[in-house]
Amino acid sequence: MNLIKRYFAGRSEAQEEKLAWPEGEENSRTLFWRRFKRHKLAVAGLVVIGILTLCAIFAPFITAYKPTTVTDSFGAAPSLQHWLGTDQVGRDQLSRLIYAARVSLAVGLGSIVISAVIGTVLGLISGYFGGWIDSIIMRLTDIFMSFPYIMLILVVASIVGPGLTNIILILGVLGWPGVARLVRGNVLSVKESDYVKAGRVLGFGSVRIIFSHILPNVVAPILVYATSGVAGAILDEAALSFLGLGVQPPTPSWGNMLASAQSLTVLTSQPWLWVPPGVMIILIVLSINFVGDALRDALDPKNNK
Amino acid sequence: MHNPQDPAVSLQPLLALENLKKYYPVRKGIINHTVDHVKAVDGVDLTIYPGETLGLVGESGSGKSTIAKLIVGLETPTEGRILFDGQDISRLSPREMIRLRSELQIVFQDPYSSLNPRKRVGDLLAEPLKVHRIVPAKDISREVDRLLELVGLPKNSRNRYPHEFSGGQRQRIGIARALSLKPRLIVCDEPVSALDVSIQAQILNLLKELQRELGLTYLFIAHGLGAVKYVSDRIAVMYSGRIVETGKVNEIFREPKHEYTRTLLDASPIADPRQRDKRRAFHSH
Repeated sequence: MNLIKRYFAGRSEAQEEKLAWPEGEENSRTLFWRRFKRHKLAVAGLVVIGILTLCAIFAPFITAYKPTTVTDSFGAAPSLQHWLGTDQVGRDQLSRLIYAARVSLAVGLGSIVISAVIGTVLGLISGYFGGWIDSIIMRLTDIFMSFPYIMLILVVASIVGPGLTNIILILGVLGWPGVARLVRGNVLSVKESDYVKAGRVLGFGSVRIIFSHILPNVVAPILVYATSGVAGAILDEAALSFLGLGVQPPTPSWGNMLASAQSLTVLTSQPWLWVPPGVMIILIVLSINFVGDALRDALDPKNNK
Repeated sequence: MHNPQDPAVSLQPLLALENLKKYYPVRKGIINHTVDHVKAVDGVDLTIYPGETLGLVGESGSGKSTIAKLIVGLETPTEGRILFDGQDISRLSPREMIRLRSELQIVFQDPYSSLNPRKRVGDLLAEPLKVHRIVPAKDISREVDRLLELVGLPKNSRNRYPHEFSGGQRQRIGIARALSLKPRLIVCDEPVSALDVSIQAQILNLLKELQRELGLTYLFIAHGLGAVKYVSDRIAVMYSGRIVETGKVNEIFREPKHEYTRTLLDASPIADPRQRDKRRAFHSH
């Protein structure tokens, strides 16, 4: 016994743990940025998204015309007065394009916030409590996911009527199952961790454990998923508006601006009416997806480089 | 004040397990019917007296960690009773359990997974104080400092995240968190098996020191006899869900009665540290 004591005593003096943190240690935020910046396309995407967001916010100050103002030239080609020409009713195409960014961003962000909130709450509950609650919520997601998506949106849009708010609500309420699945899966692994068990032993309530202990540890995958969700929602809005069930004229949206290309004359002889909104959709969706990819890498806890 | 060296003089055990059983069903098929049971804990009787350290030894899968989970309420027993201070705590309602939480705490094996990576150390320690109103809100900060000091961590640790600490320091944080509720019994579930040998000694010494200062009672779980011998007053040996032998440390080491205990003793590394160090140094190069 004495021998053991001497042994341990000697050891602990000899190898007293150092409690010093290196001065220039990287905190998690700078580490995140360093990893994110490795994706050049994502940085470019972030710049594009930033510029578009600024344009959308300050649209009234940077556009020469109101998007609904009818000027004196109809269907005119790009000129110094109208950089991107005018449409058949004589509205300035560039102004409409800039104002339409508001619609796309609002739909993208608004709908994903709704789906993320619903999906996260249901996913947390489903994963944490398990049992019959889990079964019900998961069968519900199965049902939602087995509907043909675009058909469902079309039907709902025709019932509740088109319009910006309705589009956001429809896309938001229909988009949660993916988030719920993702969150549930992550909760299942996090809830088995010792720190959640420690929380239970410390007598914390379920609500505290779910929202204060589990949620912060599943935010990263939600963020990555939500990013790609924004791109998806923007595309869905464009598709709906193209079909006439989305944002209604005269409010401009890239989707309903594209709808003018349904006419063969426009398609062949007036490319300034449909090329710019098409390019904008491609640009924003690509940018968001690049940023999403970079987020996935930068937020991966296993990636320590 | 009782004498922890001689627990028999204490009248009432702090914790008593009576015929404790925990069976896990083995389910099969599409209707999920139970075909068999895994008998993780199969009729365990165990008493722990106030102020003592009871070492619980057994190989992986012998059920010792299940006992830890049963005691702190992470699992409910299939059968049997868990008496804490004479009261059966195995089937309390969640509300009653919350009141008891402050009496029984646990230190986990893996200090890397037992601390929430998203919380600062200060918040980790302040949260239980807030939830259970251990100290008035204005004194929480001071209490966190006191806890950090108690486990030998500097005050500025509170603004750091767990990943900034080494294994041994993390285990100190885990111990401080368990202490925050001023428990009477702490279940130490292999608290040093995940640590370097040199760090193990520091943590064991810390646990002993805290026991002396705060009058704590420990159930110390380990898979080998080394650390248990150093901290325990009595040892219980567990094998496939049952306690096969209980006795004072010296008795167990001098004359083990059960076959399995003898195997365990034989499996222990060489007693003389000098010899052991030589061998280790040789093998590592």
